[in-house]
Amino acid sequence: MRRKLSHRLILFLSIGYAFLYLPIIILIVYSFNESRLVTVWAGFSTKWYGELLKDQGILDAVWMSLRIAFLTAWVATFLGAIAGQVMARFGRFRFHSGFASTITAPLVMPEVITGLSLLLLFVSMETMIGWPEGRGMLTIWISHVTFATAFVAVIVSSRLREMDISIEEAAMDLGAHPFKVFFVITIPIIMPALISGWLLSFTLSMDSLVITSFVAGPASTTLPMKVFSSVRMGVSPKINAVATFIVLFATVIVVTSSVMTIRQDKKKQREIQAAMKENLGK
Amino acid sequence: MIGNTEKSEVKVDEQKNYVEVKKLTKKFDTIIAVNDVDLTIKKGEIFALLGSSGCGKSTLLRMLAGLETPTSGHVFIDGKEMGSIPPFKRPVNMMFQSYALFPHMTVEQNVAFGLKQDKVPKNQIRDKVSEVLKLVEMSPYAKRKSHQLSGGQMQRVALARILVKSPKLLLLDEPMAALDKKLRTQMQIELVDILEKVGATCIMVTHDQEEAMTMACRIAVMDQGYIIQIGPPSEVYEFPNCRFCAEFIGSVNLIEGKVKDINAETVLIESSIHENNLEIAKTGDCTIGMEVSVALRPEKISVSRDKPEGSVNWVKGKVEDIIYLGGSSTYYVRLPSGKKIIAMQANLKRTIHERPTWEEEIYLSWLSQSGVILTS
Amino acid sequence: MRAKLENTLKKIIPRGRSIVIAIPFAWMILFFLIPFAFVLKISFAELQLAIPPFTALTKLIEESLHIKLNLGNYLFLLQDPLYINAYISSVKFAFVSTMLCLLIGYPMAYAISKSSPNIRNILLMLIVLPSWTEFLIRIYAWIGILKNNGILNNFLLWLGVIDEPLVILNTNIAVYIGIVYGYLPFMILPLYTNLTKHDDTLLEAAYDLGCPPWKSFLTITLPLSFAGIVAGCMLVFIPAVGEFVIPELLGGSETLMIGKVLWQEFFNNRDWPVASAVAIIMLIILAVPLAIFHHFQAKETL
Repeated sequence: MRRKLSHRLILFLSIGYAFLYLPIIILIVYSFNESRLVTVWAGFSTKWYGELLKDQGILDAVWMSLRIAFLTAWVATFLGAIAGQVMARFGRFRFHSGFASTITAPLVMPEVITGLSLLLLFVSMETMIGWPEGRGMLTIWISHVTFATAFVAVIVSSRLREMDISIEEAAMDLGAHPFKVFFVITIPIIMPALISGWLLSFTLSMDSLVITSFVAGPASTTLPMKVFSSVRMGVSPKINAVATFIVLFATVIVVTSSVMTIRQDKKKQREIQAAMKENLGK
Repeated sequence: MIGNTEKSEVKVDEQKNYVEVKKLTKKFDTIIAVNDVDLTIKKGEIFALLGSSGCGKSTLLRMLAGLETPTSGHVFIDGKEMGSIPPFKRPVNMMFQSYALFPHMTVEQNVAFGLKQDKVPKNQIRDKVSEVLKLVEMSPYAKRKSHQLSGGQMQRVALARILVKSPKLLLLDEPMAALDKKLRTQMQIELVDILEKVGATCIMVTHDQEEAMTMACRIAVMDQGYIIQIGPPSEVYEFPNCRFCAEFIGSVNLIEGKVKDINAETVLIESSIHENNLEIAKTGDCTIGMEVSVALRPEKISVSRDKPEGSVNWVKGKVEDIIYLGGSSTYYVRLPSGKKIIAMQANLKRTIHERPTWEEEIYLSWLSQSGVILTS
Repeated sequence: MRAKLENTLKKIIPRGRSIVIAIPFAWMILFFLIPFAFVLKISFAELQLAIPPFTALTKLIEESLHIKLNLGNYLFLLQDPLYINAYISSVKFAFVSTMLCLLIGYPMAYAISKSSPNIRNILLMLIVLPSWTEFLIRIYAWIGILKNNGILNNFLLWLGVIDEPLVILNTNIAVYIGIVYGYLPFMILPLYTNLTKHDDTLLEAAYDLGCPPWKSFLTITLPLSFAGIVAGCMLVFIPAVGEFVIPELLGGSETLMIGKVLWQEFFNNRDWPVASAVAIIMLIILAVPLAIFHHFQAKETL
């Protein structure tokens, strides 16, 4: 039984959400401001969106970011799914805790450290074995895969821990090789976790600024780097317009996937109830 | 094998040790889960591993399935050593406690899964699946997914899923644990019917003695990794071989005593509960002067208001508590020595006045064949 | 070293498994662990005007290997109060912000976990959403709010609460606001995961036994959520110590944070060896929190 929330908690919750959302809402509202001054309202206008679409530099950066994010998402989901499986299922091997720590450390590691260390690796590798040649999309992609894998691994392993392990054992018992079990049983069951892992990797890659700045070459500018260099110059409505797109993008992803899960849960609940009713009726 | 109802097949093959477990041991770090276990199971037999949680029965089952690797020892099935054969290549199938139905597949797909792994032709899969679903009476639910089934239906699907593979050995891990009590009794009988119909050899694990006694031909009682006693349900109940078995299955009165004399058919035991020696039928070996316990089931003790005529084994005591259970009543009787004895009596008479009541002095007596002498 | 590692792996686990483990593990070792070795190595090197801008540690002189460890970078860091103060103030910023996040985040997580299932999903989604929105953008949003002629000041002036604009942007207060704002979701999520697992009947039993709600909270809920509190605090504290974007955009000249120092050493001064030494000392400071995080991560999944 759940008690109704007290008024104090509801008030606190409202203030908390206001704190989280007011800045974003203000940001979006002022992207439609006529004036160049972000803080003074001078009437509704979409002119900054028009300017944005004319800014080739930003559009190039967006294209660069999208390509990297797309490539990152697939590989990070692949590696993260395996890593999550290892963390949740391969309980008894000697390096288990070392493995788990290595996989999840990028979650909390300050980005300046990760960025610097990756750059030094790439530079040293280049002098030693001549690969990777220079810095650009490849080095950015490797870096993004590294930290995105950590997030996917955590999502997948926590989903797997909720899942009844005997389902996989049953499949093996019925004659399926462990690899087949993973593809035919485990993957379909954890599919929602894999989808959100993919989407999160994509978003994380799109959003990465600090690490990317370290490992990017002069020819490769991603969207966050572009935004950062403009922001340092000061506030501009054009950046607000970019931000609006980014917020919209994240909202669409999160809301769609949430609505999908909520709907699926509800459908399942209804079917369970129908089955129960039917059994009682007998 | 499916649908084969010929009686000759159903019979337990007395000659052959179909499943053989030799000196099987499993250690987890420092804990010994299964300790030097020997077992033989005959073809067509339903065998139960009975024990409280953590006694090692599930680990033993999982080793038979190949889901755990034994630390030492051997498993033979139909004469073939299982060794390190992985679970997906063993002629053994297991029904899991949670039933472990694949949530993203229909009933039909669940049942077909095992056959698909064996690369059985499609039309044969279809026939076999529909046949086995008919057997477990689940044909109307073939297109459903697992969350649309009740507990009893899930159990049937889980059973069908392993029966369809015609394994040499079926393993059932707490088959009734996920069902409510009322359904349990019904399903126990149905499950045995189905298993007998297909002539399956089966090992089940349970912590419920009633379930083991209802379903199994033979029971092995396990404690702390050891098998303590193996035998048919009646033997395990009537002739427990140690205090643990006597206390674990059913309720029992244990009377401590010392062997005074050994006759041709009976043993005289000196105890603190009565000045007379107890006379108990001779079973097994005991020597004069040995400390023993006499196990006495409550239902084997008769309760009377008058001193029993001609009985050697009797004591007098005061009724401390009565539990009325309808068909029978259980009496808690305090003896002058302070020992409490539990006796159960069928309620043949209808009114309370005809039965002993609280604080009444009564006589308890039993036949010499009713007690069992336990030396360990 | 790889071969040796593989051999050991082969010995202890079946082969199919070791391949599976090896794929992500190899990636993470190559691109996450080994890089730290290079940071350590270069922190002992000297700055030179070349590409790459540091000296080699090993030299072959007359067929013998000479290793030259230059401790100069570390001595430099330890002697210059700028760096020491930056470390101390980073830890202070991170610690205070973590506590603020906990104070705001705990009641929110608690309220979400206690709300009805339908609303709970939506509330949770609204917590997740900001963490999926670009960090930089969300910090940028505060510039327009906190500026001297920004929205907050305009609003307060309009209300008549203040007569002249408050200076908030480019001060430490703005940095605190930024860190709390940016990291709040990372505090709430593990706390919510923990709190939602609690059995409600525990509290009902406590009420039934005569314990008033506030006391039940202190003696039942709070101790049971300890693992969630630690996980949330570490998720905020560790990255906040090395935070760069927030002090850069919202902080002022008085704001001293080590992440920003590292960035400046690397990008502005192009002194890679010193930047590496800064990173190594930061890692040493974070070793204990990282160990705590991994210890609790084993128990508490996010």
